Amino acid sequence: MSSRLAEPIAVAEQGAGEMLMEVRNVSLSFGGVKAITDISFDIRKGEIRAIIGPNGAGKTSMLNVINGFYTPQKGEIVFRGNTRRAMKPHHAVRQGIARTFQNVALFKGMSTLDNIMAGRSVLMKRNLFWQMVWHGPALAEEIEHREKVEEIIDFLEIQHIRRTPVGKLPYGLQKRVELGRALAMEPSLLLLDEPMAGMNLEEKEDMSRYIIDVNRQRGTTIALIEHDMGVVMDLSDRVVVLDYGKKIADGVPDAVKSNQAVIDAYLGVAH
Amino acid sequence: MLYRTAGQFKTSYRADHALFPVRQDAWLLAFILLLAFVVFPMTANEFVFRALLTPVLIYALAALGLNILTGYAGQLSLGTGAFMGVGAYACYKLVTIFPDLNLIVAIMLSGFFSAAIGVAFGLPSLRIKGFYLAIATLAAQFFLVWLFEKWAWLYNYNSSGSIQVPTISVFGHPVAGPNATAIVQYYVVLVIVAVITWLAINITRGRIGRMWKAVRDMDIAAELVGINLMKAKLSAFAVSSYIVGVAGALFVFLWRGAAEPVAFDIPLSFRVLFIAIIGGLGSVLGNYLGAILIVALPVIISTLPASVGLPLSSAMVEHLNTMIIGALIILFLIVEPHGLARFWAIIREKLIMWPFPH
Repeated sequence: MSSRLAEPIAVAEQGAGEMLMEVRNVSLSFGGVKAITDISFDIRKGEIRAIIGPNGAGKTSMLNVINGFYTPQKGEIVFRGNTRRAMKPHHAVRQGIARTFQNVALFKGMSTLDNIMAGRSVLMKRNLFWQMVWHGPALAEEIEHREKVEEIIDFLEIQHIRRTPVGKLPYGLQKRVELGRALAMEPSLLLLDEPMAGMNLEEKEDMSRYIIDVNRQRGTTIALIEHDMGVVMDLSDRVVVLDYGKKIADGVPDAVKSNQAVIDAYLGVAH
Repeated sequence: MLYRTAGQFKTSYRADHALFPVRQDAWLLAFILLLAFVVFPMTANEFVFRALLTPVLIYALAALGLNILTGYAGQLSLGTGAFMGVGAYACYKLVTIFPDLNLIVAIMLSGFFSAAIGVAFGLPSLRIKGFYLAIATLAAQFFLVWLFEKWAWLYNYNSSGSIQVPTISVFGHPVAGPNATAIVQYYVVLVIVAVITWLAINITRGRIGRMWKAVRDMDIAAELVGINLMKAKLSAFAVSSYIVGVAGALFVFLWRGAAEPVAFDIPLSFRVLFIAIIGGLGSVLGNYLGAILIVALPVIISTLPASVGLPLSSAMVEHLNTMIIGALIILFLIVEPHGLARFWAIIREKLIMWPFPH
């Protein structure tokens, strides 16, 4: 296990990993407010890439650009060889980009099972006619996807809340269901927006374990935003640091930790 | 005791995806179908068919259509009455232009016209939601009823300005018009309503139903899990308006026998909306419970006092009816905002647990 664990980090250090996504000179503004200014970075296949920075640095805006929710004014994004600037979020999902939200964005009236099944909507094909008939192809498809969803439920250890409406679940479990829904899309790039916000130590450890397992066992590339520096430095292979919409550092955790610009951004500088 | 689930094991996902994971539910439905198909027709008289059984089924179907749009997909609509009208007028034109067309086929086809109109008036839902969308559907309500009045071609230039259903036979039996018997009409309505309900249940429990519910619960998140909002909303409008249109065609052809444009005006929309809300939004069963309540209540109010020796004037009955239904709606919304269907769900849960409290 230890050798497998060490491997992606070694790759990252050599800088030889295959490119999954590249953000090129992206700028985004809302009226006069510049959220992101000329940012470029890349995400390599199989790594855990952290995006950090103080509040208002443009981290979430960056994720929104990546999954097509915002259209940047300048720059482009290359994902698996396709270059684009504007796209609809549901197209991003079809290309293999899934995400979770800072504030839990589950379907509150639906059960855990239905929420995760909804994550597989894009992968299900049977049309209205077969859905109406139900018996036959639609049911076969439903069961096939149910099996995949049950694997995710087992993986995240949420069997006991399968039938519970998610609105009734505690916050930590909701975060886990949301991760499950994102995993159900079978993404090649998973964007996690503060997966550990508001969690206690035990829940953070659980969530870290799931994130590492998703990365190692399922081979999913992960880009995450997180404020807990301990978590970020332990989990991620490479870190990009934003401040006031600009990139101030990019590299392996140790290098970033000792970078003077990063220390200044977080601690402030005497003028 | 009756609902004990002990000993009912599910060993496959197929069994888990069955319509009735609990066996007693299937028995209950079989019992209700037995009542509907055998016991009621054998015991009911003309009055019961015309005043209770047929209208309950037709209103339940209309409410089911609205419920798919409002309860499942979360798009509020106040235009149900007008869409029922589209179904009715489409059916009328179909049977007069093609006199040889089987009436049941004509009714099923007329739903497609209301589906098309429903999708057209559903287009604003792509940009606006909630109350604003309700106002947009209200525009459909007023526009369509105005059209039914002014476009004489729709009612074949009748001097009365209304549609009169001619006698139409299916396989030698008069099904619609003055010569049709209530029992035949009841059976036709029952079969159509049962089949559409079954199809609707199938849609709502599969991929498309989940898509609608996702849009209802959080549309932004739905888009970010890969659901095409346009497809989801417009398909909800199409399916909903189809069912509402068929209900409208049944409303005129197999129940009332004639209809003037004002019959499809906003009181009808509200009536169907009340049924859906009192029955329970986001449930199929609720439409039936709501329809039973709304249709049966006036009949009970008008017949009960007379039978205990307290004859009331018809105006009095009407006023009482309005007052009691209004009070009941408020009461239900306070006691159980999720409607009669949730009442049943709670009772059922308690029965399964009985005699234990938890």
